[in-house]
Amino acid sequence: MITEKEQLVSFVLHLADDSLVLGHRNSEWTGHGPILEQDIAISNIALDLIGQARNFYQYAAALKADGATEDTLAYLRDAMDYKNALIAELNKGDWAVTTLRQFFFSTSKFYLYQQLQNNSDTTLAAIAEKSLKEVTYHLRWSAEWVIRLGDGTDESNARVKTALEYLWPYTGELITPASYEQAQPGIDFAALKKNWTNHVLQVLEQALLTPPVNDWMQSGGKQGIHTEHLGYLLAEMQYLQRSYPGCEW
Amino acid sequence: MSLIELEKIFQDKIDKEIRIEPKDWMPEKYRQTLIRQISQHAHSEIVGMLPEGNWITRAPTLRRKVTLIAKVQDEAGHGLYLYSSAETLGISRDEMVSQLNSGKAKYSSIFNYPTTSWADMGAIGWLVDGAAIMNQVPLCRNSYGPYARAMVRVCKEESFHQRQGFEILLVLSRGSEAQRKMCQNAINRWWWPSVMMFGPGDDASPHTAQSMKWKIKRFTNDELRQKFIDICAEQVKLLGMTLPDPDLKWNAAKGHYDFGAIDWTEFWNVVAGNGPCNKERLEARNKAHDDGAWVREAAVAYARKQKDKLSQTKVA
Repeated sequence: MITEKEQLVSFVLHLADDSLVLGHRNSEWTGHGPILEQDIAISNIALDLIGQARNFYQYAAALKADGATEDTLAYLRDAMDYKNALIAELNKGDWAVTTLRQFFFSTSKFYLYQQLQNNSDTTLAAIAEKSLKEVTYHLRWSAEWVIRLGDGTDESNARVKTALEYLWPYTGELITPASYEQAQPGIDFAALKKNWTNHVLQVLEQALLTPPVNDWMQSGGKQGIHTEHLGYLLAEMQYLQRSYPGCEW
Repeated sequence: MSLIELEKIFQDKIDKEIRIEPKDWMPEKYRQTLIRQISQHAHSEIVGMLPEGNWITRAPTLRRKVTLIAKVQDEAGHGLYLYSSAETLGISRDEMVSQLNSGKAKYSSIFNYPTTSWADMGAIGWLVDGAAIMNQVPLCRNSYGPYARAMVRVCKEESFHQRQGFEILLVLSRGSEAQRKMCQNAINRWWWPSVMMFGPGDDASPHTAQSMKWKIKRFTNDELRQKFIDICAEQVKLLGMTLPDPDLKWNAAKGHYDFGAIDWTEFWNVVAGNGPCNKERLEARNKAHDDGAWVREAAVAYARKQKDKLSQTKVA
């Protein structure tokens, strides 16, 4: 029998992993962005996401109360224990993949945190409220890029179409709750799905894009069954903690 | 007004510590010197993002990861305001960027060295940013207004970076055997290149006199270098580490540290393009620029379409 507390820990870790993994991916752009202003913008989003992850990890560590810290949770868990949605771990790809992924992701977080900021769990509510301010900007920034690329040049339109074909099958997971999500009180996942779909379709239309006909959706990330990409990400991210165990940094 | 009179008014202002502003008359050589110096500084910030960016994905804790991203992002910001202040002298950012990418423009040679361990994030903060601050603090009072104002902001952030760097080394120096080794090794590799950051000795620096007269420069290379060495020779004791210079010794008579001979052959070699990472750094900049071309074009095309729509609505 899984206890309520275990369900809550899983939920908080899922939120933390989502933010950390995507924040890490976005930080791969730092120093390599298409133009200086956007290099700064994507680094900013990376910073926000990793900051949110830290808040969630710290809460998860407090709930676990077994000596875990934000760093043991981030650096000493294996891929099978990571609960991020698959879409977050995919390679950063080109600017179309990066911005479209951000858009799908931020849309789901926007509607989730909107609900969560009123949650009876006051810690979660506080983190959600703070994160919502940041996510509101991420959502606007990424939607603007999707529209700009879709309605820009022939090349940018072709690239964002390719990105859409690639990413679409990973969007289902963003709006399909895992059992530990459903176990949380006060979250209306049906409403989240409806809001997400409406907003996504509206922005895609503005970007002159239509979702692929094939509606098969990938899943597994939230349960710890990942793509091949996550192992490399963790190998790189966790290298120092794994090579020199028990050190202060 | 004759050229001689204009030059006299200009030099009078400088002597009275009145800032030169973009619309003021200035000698062409002053303008060119500033364009070269400010754009080189901006390029150094941009290329300088690469060696540290190299460790973002491997930073050992979440706190370190966040501070490293923020630091590299600050450098992008510095590049941005330095490019803007150079633009007030009549050169475009596109032109400066293409000079960097073609290899025509220079940037600080220090960034042509590789970052091979986490301790390098500490050593760069402590030594490289430390040397940069020593060079840059006097620039907050340089005679060209937009440059001086940009430097005030740059210096505030740099001194924060320097403290962070030293703190990284301090933690390593109190850590395990392997961490202490990492720490000493990084100091060994970054020390001499940092000492060379002040540029050639005063006897080999032909532009110094003119730049000092124009108050683009306030201290000579050797004066700043000595100050840097004096400070680091003391700080390294707090780390329980050593600087890789057997001739480093306190000279009570001079009130300064004596130090060993600098290997200028290495310096000029790196400047000439033979440093360990010259090719990688330039390739990385070019790749980012080329890969980003379609993104920039899309943004321009979209903005134009929006503008056209707007003017059509107005006509209708």
